Amino acid sequence: MSTQVSLEERFQARIDAEQKIEPKDWMPEAYRKTLIRQISQHAHSEVVGMLPEGNWITRAPSLRRKVALLAKIQDEAGHGLYLYSAAETLGISREELYNELLSGKAKYSSIFNYPTLTWADMGAVGWLVDGAAIMNQVALCKCSYGPYARAMVRVCKEESFHQRQGFELLLTLSKGTPEQRAMAQDAINRWWWPSMMMFGPNDSDSPHSAQSMRWKIKRYSNDTLRQKFVDMIAEQIKVLNMTLPDPDLRWNEERGHYDFGAIDWTEFNEVLKGNGPCNRERLAARRKAWEEGAWVREAAMAHAAKRQQSV
Amino acid sequence: MRDFLLLLADNTQILGHRLGEWCGHGPELEIDMAMTNLALDLIGQSRNYYQYAAELEGAGRTEDDLAYLRDAREFRNCLLVEQPNGDFAHTVARNFLFDSWHYFFLQALCQSNDERLAAIAGKSLKEVTYHLRWSSEWVIRLGDGTEESHSRIQDAFDNLWTFRGELLTPAPFETEAASAGYGVDLHAIRPLVEDRLSDILAQATLQRPEDGWMQSGGKTGRHSEHLGYILAEMQYVQRAYPNSVW
Repeated sequence: MSTQVSLEERFQARIDAEQKIEPKDWMPEAYRKTLIRQISQHAHSEVVGMLPEGNWITRAPSLRRKVALLAKIQDEAGHGLYLYSAAETLGISREELYNELLSGKAKYSSIFNYPTLTWADMGAVGWLVDGAAIMNQVALCKCSYGPYARAMVRVCKEESFHQRQGFELLLTLSKGTPEQRAMAQDAINRWWWPSMMMFGPNDSDSPHSAQSMRWKIKRYSNDTLRQKFVDMIAEQIKVLNMTLPDPDLRWNEERGHYDFGAIDWTEFNEVLKGNGPCNRERLAARRKAWEEGAWVREAAMAHAAKRQQSV
Repeated sequence: MRDFLLLLADNTQILGHRLGEWCGHGPELEIDMAMTNLALDLIGQSRNYYQYAAELEGAGRTEDDLAYLRDAREFRNCLLVEQPNGDFAHTVARNFLFDSWHYFFLQALCQSNDERLAAIAGKSLKEVTYHLRWSSEWVIRLGDGTEESHSRIQDAFDNLWTFRGELLTPAPFETEAASAGYGVDLHAIRPLVEDRLSDILAQATLQRPEDGWMQSGGKTGRHSEHLGYILAEMQYVQRAYPNSVW
């Protein structure tokens, strides 16, 4: 027992000294589990997140936009790969993780359970959803677990490019015809609150937060990051000459931040429970791709085995 | 020259579009990413041809006008590239039939007396060298993989074989292009394409289907029913909101 305590103390001391924890280092089981849960959720989010944007590839309205959208979704697949690899360093296989996604046991970001209804959604998703994701991810670049922190550095570079791309798409629409402006405003209206929910419950209701902060997996609280996001978007929307669907949004001179209205946590909890508009479809699409690809993966393995025998 | 450029542009655009349909739905993440890469290369190539065609017209039209505002009867692509993705074996077989032609076609096009075309061909050839390697390796893997994969890829070749003839049969504007020196003599590249096909099919332990009746018509705008649906999706936003900048 006493060695266990001292291991934990040494571990916490390293974290307090801002040293990175690496795969072969001793770590408490709960730290490992928390990271596996968080990194795999993050990886699954990238992979499920390909679907709502993929929905518009074949309808992208210009060749330039089509190429940009394809490249963006390909980046997301790439992020999924680095993140699965980061999770694998904690002693679990990509296949096990993926099965947890397909069985519905593992979660992914609820934002991807909303539908992409118009072309303007490609802009709103890039600007707001990737914008919210970046707030979280920039903080994760300083996470105590080395492989996760390093994966995040790469992810963040690409994500910030995606966010600018999304904003530029909306900016083009904002300078366009009245129909295009209306399309952009409608997309912002639909994606605003779900993006705000991406930061998770209020700090007072966030069960995992305190321990994660102590372990420096999490560096800032949900509410802190949410406020940072609101402050950024409330300024950027002025450039678009559009509005956010929150009548309570206003600058608070005293706090030096924007005040904003209350989030509808009932909706958040329902989507989390599986009752969002697309929960079933998203998971069904992932299962279909996986099941229909089984014979391909088997063939590749069988062929590789034959090659190895003949060498 | 216009039809010849549109043939090249539409071939790469439509095949790129089909590959884009896989994005997010591939058999595994690595394959998904590879297919998206192919789509990106092909659509990139099509843009070079469309831009050139638009400039030659000199009517102030853009690459997007050519891609999004022509109707199916004006598209010049081969029937092969508009065929549905089907299962992964169909996609691989379709791509391999296209790539094994495209590779030798571009090699010859590098000798075009039109400098701009030769330059586009040179750049595209680098990408298509990889495309041909990718599809050849998958033909071999699936052919010489499991019983199921063998029968699926054989079936795919049996179904798609009838569309390969069109690639090597010149439309009138291609004959003109070849004799004017800016196009490609399809008869000259035929033996190279045939050898490559036979070689890869043999390595894949697959039966080379009989060269029976070959479908044609795409190059002169008589397409299969599939193209209309591709364009309905592809052109929808442009046509629903005309004269807008995206």
